[in-house]
Amino acid sequence: MIIAKRKPVKDILKMINKDKKILLVGCGTCVTVCSAGGEKEVGILSKLIKIAFRKENKSIQIIERTIKRQCEKEFVEEIREEIISCDAILSMGCGIGVQTIASMFEDILVYPTLDTSFDGMPEEQGVWVELCSCCGNCILDKTAGICPITRCSKSLLNGPCGGVQNGMCEVDKDTPCAWQSIYERLKKQGKLDTLTEIEPIRDWSTSRNGGVRKIVREDLKL
Amino acid sequence: MKAETNLEKLFNQGEFVVTAELGPPKSVSIKLIEKKVNILRDYVDAVNITDNQTAVVRMSSLACSIIVKKNGLEPILQMTTRDRNRIALQSDIIGSAALGINNVLCLSGDHQTLGNHPGAMNVFDIDSIQLVSMLKNMRDKAIFQNNETIRYPPKLFIGAAANPFADPFEYRVIRLAKKLKAGADFIQTQAIFDVERFSRWMEDVRRRGLHQQVYIMAGVTPLKSYKEAYNMTNVAGVTIPEEILERMKIAKDQKAEGVKICLEIIKKIKKIEGVRGLHIMAVMWEDIVPLLVRESGLYPRTKII
Repeated sequence: MIIAKRKPVKDILKMINKDKKILLVGCGTCVTVCSAGGEKEVGILSKLIKIAFRKENKSIQIIERTIKRQCEKEFVEEIREEIISCDAILSMGCGIGVQTIASMFEDILVYPTLDTSFDGMPEEQGVWVELCSCCGNCILDKTAGICPITRCSKSLLNGPCGGVQNGMCEVDKDTPCAWQSIYERLKKQGKLDTLTEIEPIRDWSTSRNGGVRKIVREDLKL
Repeated sequence: MKAETNLEKLFNQGEFVVTAELGPPKSVSIKLIEKKVNILRDYVDAVNITDNQTAVVRMSSLACSIIVKKNGLEPILQMTTRDRNRIALQSDIIGSAALGINNVLCLSGDHQTLGNHPGAMNVFDIDSIQLVSMLKNMRDKAIFQNNETIRYPPKLFIGAAANPFADPFEYRVIRLAKKLKAGADFIQTQAIFDVERFSRWMEDVRRRGLHQQVYIMAGVTPLKSYKEAYNMTNVAGVTIPEEILERMKIAKDQKAEGVKICLEIIKKIKKIEGVRGLHIMAVMWEDIVPLLVRESGLYPRTKII
């Protein structure tokens, strides 16, 4: 899922310092699960903003709402009345949510409160790791279910490089070398011979490198 | 022969080749380059020109190679895949070959977060093994990576790096075989401090007959101080055994001890079957190279006319 973290409050305050009435809207899907922008976080941020404003002898009215998903127009529609009654919207959704709301209400200012970071999962409680870079051409069948494009710092397809030490990446001692992990798993599976084949140069045009992407399913269009 | 560079000719006629490294300046100073070339010219057969080594911005490897060649020393152009995509890499290779720079060493490159512009965007369009393949096809099949014909293809003597010390140990020889399969003509290893471990790697190499398919050069680095040695253990790809660290620590003259250790390593390496040359990486200490070459009985160098 999408993993994000909240921006520092001081950066958020800069966005709304002229506003009198704002809607603070959370999202009930990915950012709830990673504790960045759900209902609970909306409550917390609302309090922090009010405290900061009070310190400067300013006042601000904050309407708090959380919708199931900010990336789907039907859920955003549910809070139309609240949106149009405010000076600005502080979205606690990911970048997709922010843009969806902004596209539906073009004359209202919509600000992000989160830094949308990556596609990943909770490795353990409180720790999220990046696992997928949405390259558009999945090769996980060849690499024992470990993505080298995402998890190798150099996206090597014929790794590892010479920088691995104690199974860790040269970039960060706490990042496992993806290729060492692939090697070990293939060894367990008795499939080491796949590593003797040279993985050829990749066509990156299926990734963001090829331009803004779109998927059209004619069979699903109305 | 593939490119008939001096380097290739010397390997071809069975010489024990010696190369060194030259880091381009962080400025437009040609004088600095000339100074280093003057030190190295009579003591090495060719010199690696590094490509923004450790992700620190320096004069481009191609530009510096041209200057080095002009000053009478044969360059080995190092190319990393960190900063340039396949378009730029092919373009640079055609340019360098057109200018008579035909030795290339293919590397992935140190990650930019380790260097002095850590906020830069990644490239890593291709990896070092794919680069070797791509260059081989440019040379032998006269095609670009997209299979279009190159009317006048580049002559190239293609090198790659090997690290006998990184993990996983048992995979390192398989990785070497992969580089050979891709088309490497010569290999330079990372700095050897653990000769025993390097020996074991060479045994494995010989068992697979790989030493007869590619020219393998053993890398060495003379240590300047205990502090440097200690810091090196954190450098990507370097392993220094405890006993060497200890020797450096207790030595009265650390530089002299570093040179002594290096000479001992070179002496042992020369005896290992399958090692076809020595690659001296005297980082920021090029002036020690003449001494190392002389004291190892590797002077004078054979000159190809």
